[in-house]
Amino acid sequence: MARSNKPIVWGPFAAGGTLTAFLTPVLVLVTLLQPSGLSYESMHALAAHWAGKLALVGVIGLSLWSAAHRLRITLYDLGVRADTLVATILYSATLACTGAAIYTLLKV
Amino acid sequence: MKTDGMSRKPYVRAITSEWIFRHPRYMRYMVREFSCLFIGGWTLLMVWGLKQLAEGPAAWAAFLELLKSPASIAFHLLTLAFAAYHSVTWFNLTPKALPLQMGEEFVPDWVIAGAHFAAWAVVSAGLLYFAGAL
Repeated sequence: MARSNKPIVWGPFAAGGTLTAFLTPVLVLVTLLQPSGLSYESMHALAAHWAGKLALVGVIGLSLWSAAHRLRITLYDLGVRADTLVATILYSATLACTGAAIYTLLKV
Repeated sequence: MKTDGMSRKPYVRAITSEWIFRHPRYMRYMVREFSCLFIGGWTLLMVWGLKQLAEGPAAWAAFLELLKSPASIAFHLLTLAFAAYHSVTWFNLTPKALPLQMGEEFVPDWVIAGAHFAAWAVVSAGLLYFAGAL
């Protein structure tokens, strides 16, 4: 049987889809309202703690992956048939941005 | 697909995107799929915010100020609407993705979806409280 990489790309998509379903609306609301929790002191404390770093990277990485995967499928639906190219660009960009987030967090 | 050695006039199906407009259901599907642009875009904005946070209080204050611009507020409201639509469609699908059997019977769909909606409300209220917005 031909080996498939489907579970590898689909797993983070399902995890990210669930995570964004629970978290994205409320997080967008928080950045819109800018309550005291968004102050430099609070956010710096969050990003400085190892658990905070882990949570931020997890949310960012999985959100980006699920968005990238969905965009790939959507482009295919819209008639873009260069799927391998689209997938390579989108997943690479996701990994690069997640890497940038990790690099930034290591400096905090 | 191998095309050499096939019949003289192989049928090539035209690939278009006009099918979206053929049925309201397809339109709703595409609205759901387009939520990824807003969720992804907003997340990238947050990666930028993280970089500002790492640079210090002044850069972070500039980022918060940028979020208050009219364009940013419009983008946030759109993202909120698309993200909430994604949540609703995602939770409505949970009974299909996670069918739960108790003894002989399957747990009714509305219980599984309802549990997710309830958890969503608790998580949202909890985070708003934690962030100092409630």
